[in-house]
Amino acid sequence: MADSSVTPVIPAGGRGGGVPAPTGEPLVALTDVNKHFGALHVLKDISLTVSRGEVVVVIGPSGSGKSTLCRAINRLEPIDSGTITLDGVDLPEEGKALARLRADVGMVFQSFNLFAHKTVLDNVALGPIKVKKMKPKDARELALGLLERVGVADQADKLPAQLSGGQQQRVAIARALAMAPKVLLFDEPTSALDPEMVNEVLDVMVALAKEGMTMLVVTHEMGFARKAADRVVFMADGQIVEQADPDQFFDHPTSNRAKDFLGKILTH
Amino acid sequence: MSEYLSQFADLFATYNVPLAFWMNIKLTFFAAIFSLVIGTALALMRISPIASLRLAGTWYVNVLRNTPLTVIMVFGVLALWSKLGVSFSPNFDENFFRLAVLGLSVYHAAFVCEALRSGVNTVPVGQAEAARSIGLSFLPAARIIILPQAFRGAIAPLGNTLIALTKNTTVAATASVAEAAGLMAAMIEFRSDVIIGIFLTFAIGWVIIVIPVGLLTTYLSRRLAVVR
Repeated sequence: MADSSVTPVIPAGGRGGGVPAPTGEPLVALTDVNKHFGALHVLKDISLTVSRGEVVVVIGPSGSGKSTLCRAINRLEPIDSGTITLDGVDLPEEGKALARLRADVGMVFQSFNLFAHKTVLDNVALGPIKVKKMKPKDARELALGLLERVGVADQADKLPAQLSGGQQQRVAIARALAMAPKVLLFDEPTSALDPEMVNEVLDVMVALAKEGMTMLVVTHEMGFARKAADRVVFMADGQIVEQADPDQFFDHPTSNRAKDFLGKILTH
Repeated sequence: MSEYLSQFADLFATYNVPLAFWMNIKLTFFAAIFSLVIGTALALMRISPIASLRLAGTWYVNVLRNTPLTVIMVFGVLALWSKLGVSFSPNFDENFFRLAVLGLSVYHAAFVCEALRSGVNTVPVGQAEAARSIGLSFLPAARIIILPQAFRGAIAPLGNTLIALTKNTTVAATASVAEAAGLMAAMIEFRSDVIIGIFLTFAIGWVIIVIPVGLLTTYLSRRLAVVR
């Protein structure tokens, strides 16, 4: 991961050659979802589907509801009305069924949230052992393989606090992958990172996208959106204002809100 | 002066002071274990997603924490044993010892619960969210992720509760347990000529027992702190 090739110009054009196209079969489907925080209406009639193998990037100004949208999909935020289905099944209310569903939805947080009292290896192996009842030996092997894949296998026996932010976030991705999730949710995965660590995390995410992982990514990384997204969803004030493939969206945004947003972030 | 000292030394031939303190240590030991178990269960109730459990936990803490320990202890002896015939052992002394442990445990469990809850508050909410997001339900998430960190963040307040418990074992005298405070009262009654010596003996005895507890908790709270 150290040789992250930083491309100065945002490369155009989807995920590149050899990638299996999304099948079009909906894996995550939100229909008329509404959510309030007190008087604040943070999600307004959101309808969105993510197909199997698709990479959807959600962008928008802060306070637009994109993190809430992401967290609603595994019910870390309960919704007020509407439906969310995963692989055709409605999100369960609470209890065992919800826990099972969450095991199928990987989540990567802005602040990593690695288990502070467990080693890096245990962080990754814990889910397979405790939730999937995998043998500890097999789970550790799986965990080491995943840590290898995200480039932090040499840190396996350290505690999370001993790692850099970029390393911690890559461990968090490995932890999510260890559950073999159907879909991975990323809630601003690079926003808490020092600039020089952003690329090592994005590289892992681009690699996952190329392997056909279904992903919903809330981010401010426009380069990543261009490079890896199948579709960009632009949110503002709790609504989906516009969605299009990345080239279309970045080169020819249709709504004034999106033009304004892109104008503000792409001029520097 | 030398006569005072010889009279004072004479006390230890008549009264078994170390044995009385040993009783307090035994009370502390058993009550600490049971109050830790009950207190942990209460803390789990108070952070659980089930509203009725939260309410029950809150009520327990508010009632027990705000009742004087002497009242609880007297209730154990006069109501539980004398009126209701609850007995934990056919042996008289053993029965009162166990009643005293029960009273001390249910009382200090309320404080253990609150100490643990302060420990839970030191664990960032993201830890629970991450635990839930890999598919752990409430109890496994609490047992594997939240409580281990909460205990480590609650060592200082738990230590304070243990110190309070150690000294509160003297209330067991009201349950007819032959412990240090009861012995001191008896000694003062019969040997008021060396009253200062008796006070000093018991004061120093308590300090010797309690200081290591404080040192240990300070050491552990530094040693086991979760690095974030």
